[in-house]
Amino acid sequence: MADAVEVVGIARRFGSVQALAGIDLTVAQGEFFGLLGPNGAGKTTLISILAGLTRADRGIARILGHDVVSDYRQARRALGVVPQELVFDPFFSVRETLRIQSGYFGLRHNDAWIDELLHHLDLTSKADANMRALSGGMKRRVLVGQALVHKPPVIVLDEPTAGVDVELRQSLWGFIRKLNRDGHTIILTTHYLEEAEALCGRIAMMKAGRIVALDTTRNLLSRFVGLTVRLSAARLPDAWKGRLARREGAVHYLGLETYGELEGLLSALRAENIAIDELTLAGTDLEQVFLRIMAGSATTDEAQAPAAVPEA
Amino acid sequence: MTSIGSTGSHGAAQSGFATLLYKELLRFWKVSFQTIAAPVLTALLYLLIFSHVLESRVTVFNGQVRYTAFLVPGLVMMAVLQNSFANASSSLIQSKITGNLIFVLLPPLSPLVMYGAYVLGAMVRGLVVGLGVFAVTLGFVPALIDLAHPLWAAAFALLGSAILATLGLIAGIWADKFDELAAFQNFLIMPLTFLSGVFYSIHTLPPFWQVLSHFNPFFYMIDGFRYGFFGLSDVPPGRSLALVAAAALVLALAALTMLARGWKLRH
Repeated sequence: MADAVEVVGIARRFGSVQALAGIDLTVAQGEFFGLLGPNGAGKTTLISILAGLTRADRGIARILGHDVVSDYRQARRALGVVPQELVFDPFFSVRETLRIQSGYFGLRHNDAWIDELLHHLDLTSKADANMRALSGGMKRRVLVGQALVHKPPVIVLDEPTAGVDVELRQSLWGFIRKLNRDGHTIILTTHYLEEAEALCGRIAMMKAGRIVALDTTRNLLSRFVGLTVRLSAARLPDAWKGRLARREGAVHYLGLETYGELEGLLSALRAENIAIDELTLAGTDLEQVFLRIMAGSATTDEAQAPAAVPEA
Repeated sequence: MTSIGSTGSHGAAQSGFATLLYKELLRFWKVSFQTIAAPVLTALLYLLIFSHVLESRVTVFNGQVRYTAFLVPGLVMMAVLQNSFANASSSLIQSKITGNLIFVLLPPLSPLVMYGAYVLGAMVRGLVVGLGVFAVTLGFVPALIDLAHPLWAAAFALLGSAILATLGLIAGIWADKFDELAAFQNFLIMPLTFLSGVFYSIHTLPPFWQVLSHFNPFFYMIDGFRYGFFGLSDVPPGRSLALVAAAALVLALAALTMLARGWKLRH
């Protein structure tokens, strides 16, 4: 089975800026994949190369085995892209926009699917409204609809929830999840790291045109100690002294791998009659991982950076 | 994944072409007051003013044709050319500047499909405006309905609109800003149109300007088109047709090459 996306040695320079410095990446069919990184990391350039909007200086990119340059028709038919910028054609209504987009992909009788899209995107009541009359969030959802008119097996969403309010964001993600369950491969870039953490099975983190971390979301989260315990007590149980990460007066910081270990810590405290003045737990979230990886890759040689881990 | 009523590769190209053409037609039709009615009115004003001022003072084709009658094919062709150019160029530049060109760049539309749809859409606008101008001016010169060589007129109208539509496409691809497009229009298209013999026969010009006019490709479009009306022309119509057809072909190849390379469209 061909990979949904296969990128080999893709590089692209814009003037003096090396937007992509040789990217290798494979996304299997059916994955929900996250592409994260600060602004200017090269995410949108990579997506543009996959979509045929930008040409690579070197390297190969394929969508479902179809080269995006030499076999662009098949590659583009297999790909749906929600662009980052809020663009629309002011001459047309929502339904006209979706019908026209269907026609570009060779689909003449697509109204049943267009109606379904309008329903899922909560746009049914706006079907005949001119694009100009829509709010930003509605325009964003029309863009999602346009990317999906041809039911592409591979869907790329570049910051799809920017400007969409919380309630609609939830329903949008419900819909995208359903598409993923139905077998569509989803590639997502987002600034909302909690979204990536909740949705993506695997994540690539990019910085300055390179992939600096590529792993399953679970592995990325566990790469740094899972839990931090902040314990205020007179002392630590003897068996736990070796686990002390940091101490500020009576406040002890301990790293735990799992919640299960917490039970052992509490038993040890009870057994040695140590009173707990205060205890708080902090989990690792993707934001912490992201910040540490971005910081790490800035200062360390890439090969030694904790972030530069080969693909799992 | 369910599949929907998709057509084969050939059918998809047909549908892509038909859709992009439909989009281009719908685009100008939705603002037809501005894109059709306004240029027809402009041409009518030209006719009223120029014919009023010059009818008794200018002799064309050795007096075989009234000046007002002479002026009509020029104005019709000018409307065809200007509106063909305006449609393709403004559609492209608007899509580029607002960013919605991405909707055309993401689907699997071939360079030929894009070229064909943009150019044909622009030709339709040019020809509709030209027909509108012709219909209105018939009120002043009813005898013009009897064209001497209608097929010659049609051939020059089609080729002329194709050339200007292609130039509009090229200008729209090239320009990054509205003022660059305006420069293309004001410093190239307008002078070539006004100096092409819309308002005069080049035989009335001093020799130097007559020679220079022969280097203006627009002159052959107007002259050949006028031949279709009166059977009279400044240069043999066959020569004009060959030159105009050659220009259409060269420009089409240039535009297709730009689209195939993604010049200024795919970065």
